[in-house]
Amino acid sequence: MSSPTPQYGPMFDTDELVINMGPQHPSTHGVLRVVLRLDGEKVVDADVVIGYLHRGVEKLSESRSWAQIVLLTDRLDYVSAATSNVGYCETVEKLMAIEVPRRAKYLRVILSELQRIASHLLWLGTHAMDTGAMTVFLYAFRERELILDLFEEYCGARLTYNSMRIGGLPQDLPPSWDRKVLEFCRIMEGKLEEYETLLTGNRIWLERTKGVGVIDGAEALALGLSGPPLRGSGVRRDVRKDEPYAAYDEMEFDVPLGVAGDTFDRYVVRMQEFRQSIRIIRQAMQGIPEGPILGKVPRLIKPPAGEVYHAIESPKGELGFFIVSDGKSMSPYRFRVRPPSFCNLQALPRLVKGHLIADVVALIGSLDVVLGEVDR
Amino acid sequence: MVELVLIPLLKIIVVLNATLLGVTYMVLLERKVIAWAQSRLGPMRVGPYGVLQPVADAMKLMLKEDITPARADKWVFTLAPILSMVPALVVYAVIPFGDQVHLFGRQISLYITDINVGLLYVVSVTSVGVYGIILAGYSSNSKWPLLASLRASAQLISYEIAITLTLVSVVLMSGTLSMVGIVTSQASQGVWYAFIQPTAFIIFFIGGLAETNRAPFDLPEAEQELTGGFHTEYSGMRFALFFLAEYANIIVVSSVATTLFLGGWLRPFPNVEFLSFLGVVPGWCWFLLKSFVFLYLFIWVRATLPRYRYDQLMRLGWKVLIPLAIANLILTAIVKVALA
Amino acid sequence: MAEAIAFYVLAACILGFAVLVVTAKNPVHSVVFLVLDFLCVAALYVTLGAEFVAAIQVLVYAGGIVVLYLFVVMLVNVKRPPEAFRAGGRHAMLGLALAGAVLVEAAAIAVWSRLSPAAPASAAQSLPVSGNTEQVGWLLYTSYLVPFEVASMLLLVAMVGAIVLARKES
Repeated sequence: MSSPTPQYGPMFDTDELVINMGPQHPSTHGVLRVVLRLDGEKVVDADVVIGYLHRGVEKLSESRSWAQIVLLTDRLDYVSAATSNVGYCETVEKLMAIEVPRRAKYLRVILSELQRIASHLLWLGTHAMDTGAMTVFLYAFRERELILDLFEEYCGARLTYNSMRIGGLPQDLPPSWDRKVLEFCRIMEGKLEEYETLLTGNRIWLERTKGVGVIDGAEALALGLSGPPLRGSGVRRDVRKDEPYAAYDEMEFDVPLGVAGDTFDRYVVRMQEFRQSIRIIRQAMQGIPEGPILGKVPRLIKPPAGEVYHAIESPKGELGFFIVSDGKSMSPYRFRVRPPSFCNLQALPRLVKGHLIADVVALIGSLDVVLGEVDR
Repeated sequence: MVELVLIPLLKIIVVLNATLLGVTYMVLLERKVIAWAQSRLGPMRVGPYGVLQPVADAMKLMLKEDITPARADKWVFTLAPILSMVPALVVYAVIPFGDQVHLFGRQISLYITDINVGLLYVVSVTSVGVYGIILAGYSSNSKWPLLASLRASAQLISYEIAITLTLVSVVLMSGTLSMVGIVTSQASQGVWYAFIQPTAFIIFFIGGLAETNRAPFDLPEAEQELTGGFHTEYSGMRFALFFLAEYANIIVVSSVATTLFLGGWLRPFPNVEFLSFLGVVPGWCWFLLKSFVFLYLFIWVRATLPRYRYDQLMRLGWKVLIPLAIANLILTAIVKVALA
Repeated sequence: MAEAIAFYVLAACILGFAVLVVTAKNPVHSVVFLVLDFLCVAALYVTLGAEFVAAIQVLVYAGGIVVLYLFVVMLVNVKRPPEAFRAGGRHAMLGLALAGAVLVEAAAIAVWSRLSPAAPASAAQSLPVSGNTEQVGWLLYTSYLVPFEVASMLLLVAMVGAIVLARKES
């Protein structure tokens, strides 16, 4: 506010206030830093500064063996490790033309959708917390705990699962796991009602989200948005439908769409996706075929020379992997991730302009970014 | 001498200590109730069911390093927490906790004093509390607290108007500004003012939430937006003073609401004969019980609702609550004149 | 006796804070001293048995108007150059002259009221109501109705003016 040299000039100077939101700020979801230029409480300009969580996953991958990279993908979107695993493994399978058994495909769908619910629960909790509704946060974590338990039973880990192998899955389902998953689906449906009672019809929640950060479909596409932020603007784009992977072509589900493209629509889209995910899990559980869980994979994974891009629908949006193999070395020649969080975060300065500080945190929450994926 | 000095002094000591104890346990109550609302247990480690948690908290806050930021305005930085704590405690001077009791052969009234402008005293003293917040924000020499203090002062001044207008409606009903007088007039009219002034009651409650910076109006300390609000730079005992002042204010608002709208120390249905067995419970118990209901409501609201945005808060205050309060006041005056 | 002690202590505080208000280098400190000054004035009213005026003094001046002063001082970031604090100068002379004028005026009032002792004091006794607040209200709405209404109109005009000034040209 004060300039370094003493000035006794104009008495009524109203400068813009430049303020650092983050990297240590309670609602920047990790280490995001947003430099805000404020006029009073109004945001004139926002500058997103990233890189505080950069670990060089892409470069690291170029010196790791193909199988080891699965482990690194866990650390991309660390609240949604399973979908990152699926994305990477399928990319390599595409490059090597490995046929994945149907049972493995079904299990991938189930794990992906469980992961989607877990990731959306974390989003719901933090988003609500950012707008001051702290009880929803703990409710969401209570249910997320159940999913973490399921994952723990399946692969032993609760956060970084390493739950996929190139060509299939590391192990089959534990006994009676399927019953627990269905039980979880039943519980989850009831709890969804509970969240909606607390938020969806709440006047304050509506006032805080409706008309905040409106973005239309064309602009959303131009900014490279994907996932719920894009669908919230009414664009029907879902990799699971458009370019089905795993066993999604055999599943029946709807793609929820928003109309206004504001924070509330993005919220509604994700709330609908909870229900669609439960629907998919139920179908997959019912139709799960018998058979092997690992395809015919050579002992030494060494894809032929070439390049490949493959994308999946992660909870945050379109998660793509671009891999170049030179066909000689034991690791990728070039490894590049197209992270949905990074691309969605691009929209933040555009969205917050003209809104108030309180909306900035609501909008960061509504974009649902994970910094592990943004910085990589 | 005993009447003039000793008894008031003893009363002050008792009220201050009871208040501070109440405030610390209010913190525990809040943590417990919110925990139960969120399917947690809350503090469980210090003492059985965490009942000694406030003691541990107090120890921690007192032993903690009390940091003054390097370029802070030192005197004002120290003055601010005092300025927010003192008014919060001074208000208790006029709050009637009960009627009269017999102790050691003396008739002792359960309030420190009953001045003829009691209600005005409450309003004016609490209005000074806003300085604590503004000066804290200014003296910290930090941007987040400054923003918070600007929010706070705008919020407190706006909602003070709505609250004061509702108080005027109550004064119209009672015909006196004395807190004791308001309770006795409820007794003589045979009804709690919450029933004949429901609009004023609701506006008072909403305004009370805003005046004490409680959810959903906790913008001045919105952790998720302003990192810590006006007390971001505070630590140790000076932070504790802000914290205690906030809870002391909540208890003040609850007590005033009880006195004004729920008949203070009166038992429910004070004029219904066959309920006279309720009179077995002493008045001050009724007072505490009613205040407790308010405290619980405060906590409950916090556990349930999201936070308003600054502009929405202002709109609610100026465009809804103040016009409503004015309309209610005019209506009350008309009805009062028509009935007289 | 006790009243006299209270009066002199309060008067000393009022004057002391008043001096601090004008000598403080930091405008925010000035405002803080002004608040303390007003609180002491309110205490003085209490010793005079005017509780209502005291409460209004705290509510309106200490709790309301000075908050706005503080707002303005904080927001516009007033910085006075060091020269402003040097002794002497035309401003100091002007201030001294004004202070002298006020002192003479106060002395004149004191002498005049001594010569022709208070008639209006008895008016309060003849009011049909008792009690501090009631008396103030009665007087405001009977004897002083016109000045009261004029003052309220003045405030309304000021409010409209402020809104007109604050509105941005669109």
